[in-house]
Amino acid sequence: MTAVAPTPSAASKAQEPQRTQKTPKKQAGSVEADQRGKPPSSPGVLRRLTDRADGVSIGWRLLALVAVAAVAIPVAASLWGSGSWPSALTYDVRAPLERLDAWIVDNRESHWVFLYFLLHISNNTQYAVDGVFAFLDGLGWVGVTVAAVVVAWYAGGANLGRRALRTAATALGTFAVIGLLGMWEPAMDTLALMIVAVAASAALGAVLGLLSGVSDRCEKLLRPVFDTMQVMPAFAYLLPFVLLFGVGVPSALIATVIYAAPPMARLTALGLREADPAVLEASASLGSNPWQRLWTARLPLARKQMLLGLNQTIMMSLSMVVLASVIGAGGLGDAVFKALARVDVGQALAPGIAIVLIAVWLDRTTAAAGARLDDTSSSGPVSRARAWAGRAGALAAVAVAAAVGSVVGRDWPVNWTVSISAPINTAVTWVTERIDAGLPLVGGTLVWSENFARWVLNPLRDGLQGAPWWLLLLAVAALALLTGTWRTALTATAALAAIGVMGLWSGSLDTLSQVLAALVLTLALGFAVGVLAARVAWVERAIRPVLDVMQTMPQFIYLIPVVALFNASRTAAIIAAVVYALPAVIRITTQGVRQIDPGALESARSMGASPLQQLRQVQLPLARPALLLAVNQGVVLVLAIVVIGGMVGGGALGYDIVYGLQKSELDVGLTAGVAIVCLGVVLDRITQPAAARRPGGR
Amino acid sequence: MNTRRIRTTLVAGASALGMTVLSACGAAETNISASDGIVTIAIPSWVGAEANAAIAKHILEKELDIRTKIIQMDEPVAWDALSTGKVDAILEDWGGVPKKEKLYIEEKKTVVPGGDLGVVGHIGWFVPKYFADEHPDVTHWKNLNKYADELRTTESDGKGQILEGSPSYTTHDDAIIKNLGLNLKTVYAGSEAAQITQIRKYVKNKEPFLSYWWTPQWLNAEVEMVEVELPPYTEGCDADPEKVACAYPELPLQKFLNAGFAEKGGEAAEFIKNLHWSTEQQNEVAKWIASDGMSSERAAEKWVKENRDTWEKWLPKGD
Repeated sequence: MTAVAPTPSAASKAQEPQRTQKTPKKQAGSVEADQRGKPPSSPGVLRRLTDRADGVSIGWRLLALVAVAAVAIPVAASLWGSGSWPSALTYDVRAPLERLDAWIVDNRESHWVFLYFLLHISNNTQYAVDGVFAFLDGLGWVGVTVAAVVVAWYAGGANLGRRALRTAATALGTFAVIGLLGMWEPAMDTLALMIVAVAASAALGAVLGLLSGVSDRCEKLLRPVFDTMQVMPAFAYLLPFVLLFGVGVPSALIATVIYAAPPMARLTALGLREADPAVLEASASLGSNPWQRLWTARLPLARKQMLLGLNQTIMMSLSMVVLASVIGAGGLGDAVFKALARVDVGQALAPGIAIVLIAVWLDRTTAAAGARLDDTSSSGPVSRARAWAGRAGALAAVAVAAAVGSVVGRDWPVNWTVSISAPINTAVTWVTERIDAGLPLVGGTLVWSENFARWVLNPLRDGLQGAPWWLLLLAVAALALLTGTWRTALTATAALAAIGVMGLWSGSLDTLSQVLAALVLTLALGFAVGVLAARVAWVERAIRPVLDVMQTMPQFIYLIPVVALFNASRTAAIIAAVVYALPAVIRITTQGVRQIDPGALESARSMGASPLQQLRQVQLPLARPALLLAVNQGVVLVLAIVVIGGMVGGGALGYDIVYGLQKSELDVGLTAGVAIVCLGVVLDRITQPAAARRPGGR
Repeated sequence: MNTRRIRTTLVAGASALGMTVLSACGAAETNISASDGIVTIAIPSWVGAEANAAIAKHILEKELDIRTKIIQMDEPVAWDALSTGKVDAILEDWGGVPKKEKLYIEEKKTVVPGGDLGVVGHIGWFVPKYFADEHPDVTHWKNLNKYADELRTTESDGKGQILEGSPSYTTHDDAIIKNLGLNLKTVYAGSEAAQITQIRKYVKNKEPFLSYWWTPQWLNAEVEMVEVELPPYTEGCDADPEKVACAYPELPLQKFLNAGFAEKGGEAAEFIKNLHWSTEQQNEVAKWIASDGMSSERAAEKWVKENRDTWEKWLPKGD
């Protein structure tokens, strides 16, 4: 469900700007090309800004649209009426899906597709995960901790430098706290599943990335696939996998691979395409054939991007592995769910903290490896003998620890655990009871919730649902035309029409009203905080850990506090979405505002511009590409969490998806998932200028 | 041409590899258990079910020395798992998936009934006691329209709200509302956690509410609720989901076992078939877990220590 991978701050400062700047690229397929070719401060942006000022072509296009509408709409309205989506124009997609569902259930144990193909996949993933788990179990808690510390230390440079020691300490702290919280066993379940999932996603991602990196046609073919994979709510495709592969580890693993492979593929492709042409030319002039060029020049040059891709893949696998516990994958996610069943936030927080720590540990380790890559490339090759000696030493340390572990016992000692449940619950109750109602002047969250629903959500939803269907299509076409081209307008209109054809018109508009409200809130807050953080250094330092936690903590944990504060309602769903989407928007805004050309800012300052003028007339216009990217990410993330909204009273499409999965009704869940993707396409096309999509387009 | 050659080679290589992998092995096993020798029990997301599984696990592990694993999944998913053998038993079925029940028991014969659990479940419409005390006539469905205004929220479109829980629970409420001509609207909290939090919130502020609710439920020990009388349940009145206009039945909860496990599961299978306890007993353990903050293992240990008479009868007779 996360479309943006959690991005805890990197260990090294050198890595950080690079990372955050690249992070968004992989989800924002549409904006990628623009970012790649033109950094925010390049003159191209300015030219585009002025380009947009000429209203002539836009005026003509709108006129043409009006002409088309003047002919088409009266015909359509007289044929099918002017209310909600006409039933004559729907196509029953549910019946075939139901038949497919029934066919799978009937043939799961006999058809050759299962016997000779799918079941092999599912059995082998099961064996692989069981094997890794047995290995971790065999190492015992001492062994696993030492192994993690050694790997982290090795990634940090395998010396006594600050980076290596800090990475190692992070690993040690992570596992100690997991043990202390009594989460050792579920954490090992999750880790075993993660290891296999990351290996598979990285391999698949690298292969797909290689294909789309060397061939334009493959890239064109694969990009929409990656986009869909990331906007489609994971809940919607968990069910088909459960049907195909049964509940438990195999489905969880395959869903995770599908979800986590795109960033690896995208960044690999990006790395291959970005290769310095001079180096390739030199390589070619030395007489190397394409294969040699690929292996000796392009892949090594792409190494850094690939490592960044791996980092993203790891983070996304982690969030998906947690989610997959709804289909019986076990582990930390299961612990969260069990605690939720008894409405115990404190108990759900323990596995939540374990998940955040695992994310931080893995992020720091891969980030340290990335930073080391920079060092070695500048300081020359290390002697092979020394490298091997280091590896042997590390292996020996793990072996000794494992031996010690089997003496001490394999499970974390029971009396070395602390329970945080009671104090956390008391604190959460105390806070929610203070701010939910009866605050002087401002009211309280319950009052806000009610007013928000009454004065914003209800009119918006009723307005959308009450508008004639052709008017909405026309409005979308016009909006898309204003920012884009005929082609984007056509895509957006077709996506909206597809929703109507599937028979989900009214539910989707309900969801759309919630998504719009959440989006406006997220962007307003995100831009404000982001700009503030870009201008005031301590603010950024202070919010960074908060953003890390917001991005990695499983969303299920804040279900209960959100309901306690805002009642089970659409407002609660919107708040959950804002909490989820805000960190990415803040990060991208901060990055964008900060990275503008210092020269432009300096000249504005020297001409006597006040801070506000600097912001409005220099920083914001120059950061426009980054702000557009933030909007794109806001759309993707808000849509991705519509499902969680369904679990706190949001209803509409989110509820349909949860219903489809829990009642195992493929037709309900999958169509609602497709409708969410369509909404994503509509929103993307009407918010992203065509210029941002195709740099050479105009 | 260069890139094309690389691409062709990659594609050819990948497909060759794929073919080898596939042809190397024959038909796959259709039924691999996640872990052999371990009994796996699936529980839905409510605490009563956790209590069943916790005592079963405790006795299986401590008395019979059989390792037991509990995983949480929703009813429909658990039925699929029960059929494939990924799950060996479910202890508390509310009859929410009649289609799967028929398919797996009668047609595929992969699942067998395991008898009554002893606990009787009942779904209904409930109002809090303070609301019923104030307005005694609210407990009859004919008077509900009178209170629609008081039950209205921002989510209920001007009608009275009936709070619903998780989408996975069995409900005919939309049909009942329509067929009885009530001025109510179902509002889905979306999960049991959200529903319970919402109910607690209402109770704290002494606000009136109407909710889809059920017994046994541990929250009933904390919040006193009164059932609203619906037209009485008669056999078959809920046969057509569109035409339901009656109350929910009293439901003796059922155990189900994977067919292979029932046959070859030995002592573990026999024990699970024998397991039988009362609603009060389940409620007691559930309350320890849910409101007293005891871990399910500790609660099970405590109950097992205090109730030897009850569970001794469940042990396989062979010994």
